[in-house]
Amino acid sequence: MLHVLSHLGHGQPTRRALRQCVINVRQSSARCSSAVLVLTSKLASNSFKLLLQQRARLLYCFEAQVMSFVEYSEFIQEGDVAIIFLGHDSMFPVKVQSGAQTQTRYGAIRHSTDLIGRRYGSKVTCSKGGWVYVLHPTPELWTLNLPHRTQILYATDIANITMMLELKPGSVVCESGTGSGSLSHAMLRTIAPTGHLYTVEFHQQRAKKATEEFCEHKVGHLVTVLNQDVCKEGFGVTGVADAVFLDIPSPWEAVAHAKSAMKKQGGRVCSFSPCIEQVQRTCAALAEHGFVEICTLEVLLRLYDVRSITLPLPDFGPEDLHQAQPVVPDDAAVTCRTAIAPREMAGHTGYLTFATKSLA
Amino acid sequence: GSCLHKSVCRKSTFYSVQLRTMTNNGEQVDEQFTIKEGDFVVLQRGDVYKAVQIQRKRQVAIIFEKQWFFLDNAIGELFGSTFEVAAGGSLQPRKAKHPEIPAEAKEAGTDNRNIVDDGRSQKLSRDDIETLKEQGLKGQEIVQQLVENSTTFRDKTEFAQEKYIKKKKKKYENTLTIIKPSTRILASMYHGREPGKICHLRYDTLAQMLTLGNIHAGSKVIVFETCAGLVLGAVMERMGGYGSVIQMYPGGGPARAAADCFGFPEHFYQTLHEFPLCKVNALLGGTLSLDGEAKNSAGDHDTAEGHLASSASVQQEERDIEDGSPESMEASSVQPEDKEREERDRRKENKAQERKVKMEEKRKKLSAAAVLLQGRNADGLVIASRFHPCPVLLTLLKFVAPSRPFVVYCQYREPLIECYSKLREQGGTINLRLSETWLRLYQVLPNRTHPVLLMSGGGGYLLSGTTIDHNSASESGPQKGEEPAPKRIKLQETDI
Repeated sequence: MLHVLSHLGHGQPTRRALRQCVINVRQSSARCSSAVLVLTSKLASNSFKLLLQQRARLLYCFEAQVMSFVEYSEFIQEGDVAIIFLGHDSMFPVKVQSGAQTQTRYGAIRHSTDLIGRRYGSKVTCSKGGWVYVLHPTPELWTLNLPHRTQILYATDIANITMMLELKPGSVVCESGTGSGSLSHAMLRTIAPTGHLYTVEFHQQRAKKATEEFCEHKVGHLVTVLNQDVCKEGFGVTGVADAVFLDIPSPWEAVAHAKSAMKKQGGRVCSFSPCIEQVQRTCAALAEHGFVEICTLEVLLRLYDVRSITLPLPDFGPEDLHQAQPVVPDDAAVTCRTAIAPREMAGHTGYLTFATKSLA
Repeated sequence: GSCLHKSVCRKSTFYSVQLRTMTNNGEQVDEQFTIKEGDFVVLQRGDVYKAVQIQRKRQVAIIFEKQWFFLDNAIGELFGSTFEVAAGGSLQPRKAKHPEIPAEAKEAGTDNRNIVDDGRSQKLSRDDIETLKEQGLKGQEIVQQLVENSTTFRDKTEFAQEKYIKKKKKKYENTLTIIKPSTRILASMYHGREPGKICHLRYDTLAQMLTLGNIHAGSKVIVFETCAGLVLGAVMERMGGYGSVIQMYPGGGPARAAADCFGFPEHFYQTLHEFPLCKVNALLGGTLSLDGEAKNSAGDHDTAEGHLASSASVQQEERDIEDGSPESMEASSVQPEDKEREERDRRKENKAQERKVKMEEKRKKLSAAAVLLQGRNADGLVIASRFHPCPVLLTLLKFVAPSRPFVVYCQYREPLIECYSKLREQGGTINLRLSETWLRLYQVLPNRTHPVLLMSGGGGYLLSGTTIDHNSASESGPQKGEEPAPKRIKLQETDI
């Protein structure tokens, strides 16, 4: 008889939860002869699993795959946020709930039968006969589908920010403003499972909405949202951050706070500003506060459409007047596969300024 | 019934300032920031980087920017420390920030209309400067001397003076900083110094790959690259030692030189596996035999170490034979000869035993990697190589689970156009995107802000997309075409 014991939730379990789990397993194992089933997050450490094995007489450690923006899972579960993909550039997010229905232009999707239990990546047939694909959420897909409360950062800038700030699992990051949470989700994905994000948003509604979303997306344990003005009150922490990101109207006013939030051994800072005047003031402030390696850049994305193109061949006429047939038939053409640039492209999002907090 | 206790999803705090105390004590945190012997570090001067390993005992001198020095004095200092290269090659930590050349009311001109460049404005000769260097003058002092001995300096505009000082400082500076390696630094270093080794992958393109591929802790990623291990290292950094990375390799052994420069802790390498491309078909067809591998490796010498070990053992055997023959000719009595033979036999046995152990290790590793791949449920695929991407992508995609991202880098566009077309034909992928990024650096100075004069000409191209359930894809093609049909040719109307 299986005795289901502990569900350690999402992300990395706390030390207290781990300790309690071990105690429970030991007690259960002593009491009954049945197997003890422990559901853990995929990220629970090997040493913890070993400890459990030592305590229990018979133990099944089952790694529950929990959907979240920082952990992949195979099957769609209730409560997941999934992305419905209809076709080229056409998709939207959906909260999976048993009994619920979602309307699409191809018909209705019934969550209980069409989504829950199905594999991510499956094709789902809608009521009118058309079909869609259901995708596992990623921060990149979220960025393309999230409800905008502010202008957001897109994957191109996000990718550069992530690498230039040297973000990785375990990084502690401070961010302001949270905005619509586009960058926040991407950073949480990168710093999980052991890092932490302190994000400051001075707009009350946006701060509240961000907090709700983080919890819904099962990343709440990795982030702290603060509703205050970063220029006046800072990030709420000192000496802990490996990186600081600023996307605010007057970043030069927050440089001092950024410096104090960062570890004394150093760290990286980034400021994103649409206007060059803002960049100039920010660079001056960074230099004043002793930051080094100040570097400003911009990155532009060029997308290509892959198409078959057909180019007609011209007719230069016959060499010989007595020639009956035309040298080149009227519909002679050459077809080839090429990459075409779109008529317009995003020419500017903002300037990215990076700097390093030096030891001196 | 089940007994589930509440998940530990801590709600983000709101409306209050939560000071989250870091569990590391100050000393522990400092330890990971201190330079130790054996550490992989990066030397930096300006925007020139060099990756080295700290070795004290061997007294190996490092050459960097035309200077020779020893790294001994770096041990115990914090990463990010700046050092001066003292005469004799030792590093001296530079603690206090030296005051800049005083910027008070310096005499300056308004424009360059009267400044004639005859090459004679600097009164110090090259020999004079060498003498100053030998006297032990610091870089800053040399610059000061140059400024004082320049006849045109006070006629230059303030901006020109700043530019002059900056240029001279760069030339005569004697300092370097020792920093911790990271993807940003190493990608920049390789792109600047040896782009050919990394297929001309520019660092921002690498950044796009890591994000588009959703590389994060806990996933299972397949990497195929011929970028000296830079892409592999970048992926490993973003995985943080969690999950697993399977490096596919073309022949010989997996290239990991750049990955080693990152200085990952030992446990990261426990998550790293490798699998040879030449066994992929066997694995896909279910005919992979691990014993065959064991037999082959005797003559194969796949990995570099295997190669070294076997060549060393062959050399030893040759030496044994050489040692044997003159002695056997000289020896008068039979007994020493027998002893020699016994020793030789024992050595041969030990070598055979070593080789057996190595083969068993290789077999285990291959088996471990095969198990990870067999499930065909990898969470991501990253390709960046000099090989034609089409066959690599189409084959390795078979190991990837549905609804997972993949990204392919190519220095050129045409092979990726082919990949795109083939993928559209066979189905199984959506959100295909062919892209490149333009990177522009800026100089930001008061009244002198503008893009930097030289710009990177190209950083390569990326093809990215998402996998979907293969079974679904076998049905009829997309209901909504993802491409418009090729335009019909309009017939020319002629007057004739």
